[in-house]
Amino acid sequence: MSKVPADLRYLKSHEWARLESDGSVTIGISDHAQQALGDLVFVEVPEPGRRVMAGEACAVVESVKAASDIYSPVSGEIIAGNAELGGQPELINRDPYGGGWIMRVRPEDKSQFAALLDAKAYEAALAAETH
Amino acid sequence: MPLRTPLYATHVAAGARIVDFGGWDMPVVYGSQIEEHHAVRRDAGMFDVSHMCVVDLRGERTREFLRRLLANDVAKLTQTGKALYSCMLRETGGVIDDLIVYFMDDRWFRMVVNAATRDKDLEWLRTCAEPFAVTVEPRGDLAMIAVQGPNARSKAASLLEPALAARALELGPFVGMEAGGWFVSRTGYTGEDGWEIMLPAAEAPAFWARLREAGVARCGLGARDTLRLEAGMNLYGNDMDETTSPLESGLAWTVAWEPQDRDFIGRAALAAQQAAGVTRKLVGLVLEGGGVLRSHQKVIVPSVGEGEVTSGTFSPTLERSIGLARVPVQTGERCEVEIRGRLLAAAVVRPPFVRNGRIAIPV
Repeated sequence: MSKVPADLRYLKSHEWARLESDGSVTIGISDHAQQALGDLVFVEVPEPGRRVMAGEACAVVESVKAASDIYSPVSGEIIAGNAELGGQPELINRDPYGGGWIMRVRPEDKSQFAALLDAKAYEAALAAETH
Repeated sequence: MPLRTPLYATHVAAGARIVDFGGWDMPVVYGSQIEEHHAVRRDAGMFDVSHMCVVDLRGERTREFLRRLLANDVAKLTQTGKALYSCMLRETGGVIDDLIVYFMDDRWFRMVVNAATRDKDLEWLRTCAEPFAVTVEPRGDLAMIAVQGPNARSKAASLLEPALAARALELGPFVGMEAGGWFVSRTGYTGEDGWEIMLPAAEAPAFWARLREAGVARCGLGARDTLRLEAGMNLYGNDMDETTSPLESGLAWTVAWEPQDRDFIGRAALAAQQAAGVTRKLVGLVLEGGGVLRSHQKVIVPSVGEGEVTSGTFSPTLERSIGLARVPVQTGERCEVEIRGRLLAAAVVRPPFVRNGRIAIPV
């Protein structure tokens, strides 16, 4: 079974979001998502400074079999993309919640984060998807 | 109701991800597709290809029938068990399917056609075979396992009946042999040495398990696709279909023009296309930067014209993206591919990209 850490928030489209102590939000894809995509071979991360809206496609992960858009869970400014993924896209497969993070956003509106799915709700969404 | 091979339960028990392929529930990957790919390039891997359709053609005039049916010429097949790769064409020159045909004896040829085209192939075969009094028998009672890789034959040979193993190890490339209801041929779809083994369906699960014990890696259709693409082999439905001829699909080498009086189906259309000038060709592409080529992406050849990627993937051996594309015949050594609104540079190369474990293009 895939891991769903209790301290993160999620989107139904399988992104995770972590609220950092400085108020920024780190974003990646869930363990379930990396398993479903298979071996990742290319990741396109957004440039710092870009403004994104919640629900906007702003990164792309490509596995051997398909390309998938990554949606930002919150509106705000991109403050970092994970440059390590350029040479090692497989970090997402190995460590989706750690070294495989994709981007960091400075959110405009804190209430958006609070409205995301918690771990229990995401697990329920996963169960609904597979049955 | 999806179709399932005799190994379906084995794949599910192994945790394979199952996908629909031409109406069949097939394993696309068991664990890591890239590791499965490398297992075949470096050691030995196996694929359940029982979804492919084995067809036995029998009758006194079978050779004559096939010389009419196929763009390649079975007159080349004089050695028992020898195989020939060919396209089967409409009168328009469009490709109905690509296939392998084996010469078994004077009254018997065996053909292997694609799973996704099975029904239309059988209908076409029966229609065309009737005037020759050739019978068309699909062999649903057989499973097929492809064992591929530099160590594939040695690992698999130890599991065959000793008499069969000794003879099978002597098979030259593109030759098969039958014994006791089993058929072993030195063919494949990976660019590596190996065998394709047809066997009674009931015996397939036990044989698969013994191959596992012998250290042969399970490989899904995902790795089969990256391996065939590295090997520069076409996939029917992607790289050619009924709207394209072999001449614009990198398959001119499979069309036997000699002897000139052999009137195979589609010959007149191909000859007319040849005379008018073939306008498109199928080429290999290597993407220079990051990203992954995918089928249907637009190809732009500056000051020449446009084309389309027909197959694309990430090559685990080259560690970059490769593909096949249909482009204007004047295309030179470079082009651009539109990926997510951006134009990315690609080199135009002659496939194969990889053969027998080695990179076969300039990089």
